[in-house]
Amino acid sequence: MDLVFKALADPTRRKLLDRLHGKSGLTLTELCEQMDMTRQAVTQHLAVLEEANLVSVVWRGREKHHYLNPVPIHEIYDRWVKKFERTSLRTLNQLKKRLEGESHD
Amino acid sequence: MTRTEYVYVTYISATPQRIWDAIVQPEFARQYWQHENISEWKPGSGWKHRDTESGEIKIAGKILEAIPPKRLVLTWAYPKDEGNAGETSRVTFELEPIDSMVRLTVTHDELVPGSNMEKGIKQGWPRVLSSLKTFLETGKPLPTWSKAKASA
Repeated sequence: MDLVFKALADPTRRKLLDRLHGKSGLTLTELCEQMDMTRQAVTQHLAVLEEANLVSVVWRGREKHHYLNPVPIHEIYDRWVKKFERTSLRTLNQLKKRLEGESHD
Repeated sequence: MTRTEYVYVTYISATPQRIWDAIVQPEFARQYWQHENISEWKPGSGWKHRDTESGEIKIAGKILEAIPPKRLVLTWAYPKDEGNAGETSRVTFELEPIDSMVRLTVTHDELVPGSNMEKGIKQGWPRVLSSLKTFLETGKPLPTWSKAKASA
């Protein structure tokens, strides 16, 4: 999980994930388009994302295709977000009931 | 028509056989998936993905390859689209042991871009795989999974 947070703590890597969210299976050359940096720098960022398992890769011949892998993010969601979200939803629900109750007074 | 695909990977601390069983055994799958997969798991046989609570068949298809506990390939369509090649996608499960873990790769390809099926599986697979990992590693099912699905 440390690897995931470390990988996400960089705007370039988040941009790469956004690109892969927009379109699945991009090659390195395609990912380098619109990125204002060297191919080597993009390769290094992708290696960090791969190590964190946020990007999965499939080789087709000599071409490496990249896919956003949101499973680790979902694990974080399950562990860290969901319990807080449920509480806030309950609070909102109580607030809604109170406000609606008041409007009938 | 250009089709689209997704590749999901998760590392699970369990044996390949346990992960295989978690996919193919209904009494196992329903505990973390709230759905169960029913088939003879032989190439050419049909399979169905059933909502455990309602009993409704949500997905249906055919088994293309079944090599336990390594590789499972099946076709995937809404029951109304079964047999319609244009609406049929494909799912491949690959289980690869690495030390005491298994690298589970789920590839869902041959999807129609922008289809409801694409939207559904993008929501579904990360949740199912995360739930499977939690279930196998902690033994605890995630009861809130179905709630999360309803609110999604």
